[in-house]
Amino acid sequence: MLLLAFAGMARQWLPRAHEVVHGGMAIVCGGAALAVLVRLAMGETGIDTLALPVGLPWLHANLRLDALSAVFLLAVNLAACLAAVFGWSYARHDDEPGRVLPVFPLFIAAMNLVLVADDAFVFLAAWEFMSLTSWLLVLSTHREDETPRAAHVYFVMASFGTACLLLCFGMLAGTTGDYSFAGIRAQPQDVVSASIAALLVLLGAGSKAGLVPLHVWLPLAHPAAPSHVSALMSGVMTKVAIYGLIRVLFDLVGQPLWWWGSILAVIGAVTAVVGVLYALMQDDVKKLLAYSTVENIGVIAIGLGLALVFKASGVPALAALGMTAAMLHVLNHSLFKSILFFTSGAILTATGERKLDRLGGLIHKMPKTALFCLIGSAAISALPPLNGFVAEWMLFQAVLNGPLLEQWELKIGFAVIGALLALSAALAAACFVRFYGIVFLGRPRSPGAEKAREVDPVMLTAIGVPAFLCIVVGVLPTLVIQMIEPVNRLVVGEGLLDAGGHGGWVWLAPASAFGNSYSGLMMFLTIMILTILAVFMIHRYASNRVRRSIAWGCGFTDPAPLGQYSADSFSQPLRRVFAGHLFRTRERVDMPAPGETRPARFTLESRDPAWDWLFTPITRVVGWISERVDALQFLTIRSYLSLMFFALVALLVMVAVSQ
Amino acid sequence: MPSIHYDIAHLLGALVLLLSFALLYQRRLFALIKMFAIQSAALGAAAAWQGYIQDAPHLYVTAVLALGMKAVVIPVALHRIIVKLNIARTIDTALGVGPTMIAGVSLVTLSILLVLPVTSDVTALTREDLALALSVVLLGLLTMITRRNAIGQVVGFMSLENGLILAAVGVQGMPLIVEMLVAFAVMVAFIIFGIFFFHIRERFDTLDLHDLDSFRGESR
Repeated sequence: MLLLAFAGMARQWLPRAHEVVHGGMAIVCGGAALAVLVRLAMGETGIDTLALPVGLPWLHANLRLDALSAVFLLAVNLAACLAAVFGWSYARHDDEPGRVLPVFPLFIAAMNLVLVADDAFVFLAAWEFMSLTSWLLVLSTHREDETPRAAHVYFVMASFGTACLLLCFGMLAGTTGDYSFAGIRAQPQDVVSASIAALLVLLGAGSKAGLVPLHVWLPLAHPAAPSHVSALMSGVMTKVAIYGLIRVLFDLVGQPLWWWGSILAVIGAVTAVVGVLYALMQDDVKKLLAYSTVENIGVIAIGLGLALVFKASGVPALAALGMTAAMLHVLNHSLFKSILFFTSGAILTATGERKLDRLGGLIHKMPKTALFCLIGSAAISALPPLNGFVAEWMLFQAVLNGPLLEQWELKIGFAVIGALLALSAALAAACFVRFYGIVFLGRPRSPGAEKAREVDPVMLTAIGVPAFLCIVVGVLPTLVIQMIEPVNRLVVGEGLLDAGGHGGWVWLAPASAFGNSYSGLMMFLTIMILTILAVFMIHRYASNRVRRSIAWGCGFTDPAPLGQYSADSFSQPLRRVFAGHLFRTRERVDMPAPGETRPARFTLESRDPAWDWLFTPITRVVGWISERVDALQFLTIRSYLSLMFFALVALLVMVAVSQ
Repeated sequence: MPSIHYDIAHLLGALVLLLSFALLYQRRLFALIKMFAIQSAALGAAAAWQGYIQDAPHLYVTAVLALGMKAVVIPVALHRIIVKLNIARTIDTALGVGPTMIAGVSLVTLSILLVLPVTSDVTALTREDLALALSVVLLGLLTMITRRNAIGQVVGFMSLENGLILAAVGVQGMPLIVEMLVAFAVMVAFIIFGIFFFHIRERFDTLDLHDLDSFRGESR
């Protein structure tokens, strides 16, 4: 990958650099994904470690590959391979490829390194490298108006996150100063420092993953990058952050406390609902997708939170249920978010538009993209028989087990979380009906959309493969779940199907799910049969009796495409119900009096409460402090000497007192 | 170890400390330099005595260096600078004598409280010596921050160096190279400060640091 990065840098002398870079990345990542897939499919659960003689002298760069890393490596490399294939064609339309090419391989390499790191130094260095390279990728579109602000916010949040992780590992290593993960695992953690570490990792990895209220950078930064990079950032980089959460909370700290899990689950539930509400209100395709990422991260966080609670309460079978749901959703989300971001890239290539209200009718122009996008949208809306449904089904099974817990807070809390999860699932479906309907159905709303043509076969392949995988995983989920089993045994101590599930590979029926079971294949067959039946019935009994008459225009008489149902119209009811208070949306209609010639205007304002309640006060306080501290730069020599003197005396007094 | 060894080493160390106090309240420049010369001489004597009781000949070199450089060359040079700049009559301390003395005494208490428990497993002489040396260092710092005159600050700085050397000679087996380096550091500091003074004097016609603050562009 380093070689490919150099190839990207040598672009000027290498005429076909972008093909070399993207093609090479596709081959390398595809190979890596395949290797990991084989490893997982063979059920190999061993742990491979490797100490490279680089890095700090007393602590080599320790690498380790276990089941958890392997599943995440699969997600990362699969999506990276697809992104490289997509980019191979997509980047041809990039007028300044020199900004993306050298960084793209480095970004993927950094994510891989985070996943195999086995000591805090390698982990943090790779993590920071990942942040920096992705920041550069965001900046690659720096000529657009919003990018500098997005990059700035992202940079600040990334530094904050890394600082939190740094402190977290400091707390975990404690006074022994052993920063290898093996050392951290081996030493017992006391409750206070472990709790502080858990909260810190929640802040640090949570800010990277986009948990509310630390999500503010995500919808700014992810859409700013080129589409295939957006897909990686949204679909994969957030997963690397999730990996960090799992690694620390389930692996390094030892036995967890139940309230960490409940915090994670509550934050996840809030994130899911808030994220999807935001997504519903966006009018930019890529922003919508970025907010939908926030929602899905929330769903994953709920799964992890439940798993943590169950693990702390000593019910590993249920913890495995939550964990499997979360891991499956990690894989799923990297698949369907790739589809959707690639679609947005394809749309951008074909029409040059990103605004929902300037698209429409693309199903006629780009039928194949439309089909794949439909699969992706249905999957992300958790519709059976696709993969999104399997994960959410298991998540609900875990939620329904909530009453088994002892703490009454958890019994009630789980019900609330379940309700929020259901709400977010329903809203996500609404969100993607809106997305798909406005983009692909109706009539074109702009000249760009009217002249759109289907994208080339390379892009279509990159969109089609994950769509196909979505169906495969949805129909035969048990195969994938068996691959996740070693992760469960590693982090919660018991596999999902260990307790004697039944049903083989067709029925997904974990014993912990109250005897409930689900079969994607049966669902698929049922839906197919019913569909064929319905089509047959319609043809047999309706189509054959066509009456010729004047077409009813559905009241649709206005020939201008702007008169269609628009993205804002679609979201208005939900916006009025949910967002009035939360986002303080204000709708203002400015209707000219009869006789006036100015146009009527409809303005819509909404504000992100996270900015108002959290970040603006923080910025103000930081500004206030730095203004005060600024005076320190203009003292006299004697004042500086005095400061040093008093600091020294204070430290000496502390030493003297503490003896 | 005969008790006379201990007593005399203790006496010389205490003398250095006492002269630090004298430096602290001395208001006149000539007297300040004289006090510094005497302190350096006492330091030389302390070093020589340590050389004798530890049977370490290299400490005699240190003693000669301290005596030659700090007790003779530097004071004479500073004296000439004062005469040349015609600032013999100016000196003022920021704090009064009383508060300065109280601060000094509390610093000495602090260093004794600090050093004695830490070094409970070494010989009595080393312990006392370290406590005295730390007091001298802290008093040197205090001298630096209570002086407004640049020469006063230089003397405070060198008195601080004296404290360091006192600590170094009190510990057995300290190699010679360290003391040499310390001596050279003082030498370098002296040269730099000398050049600095002349430049300041040429530019601004004063050595009072208080007056210099207004030339830094952020007048207040």
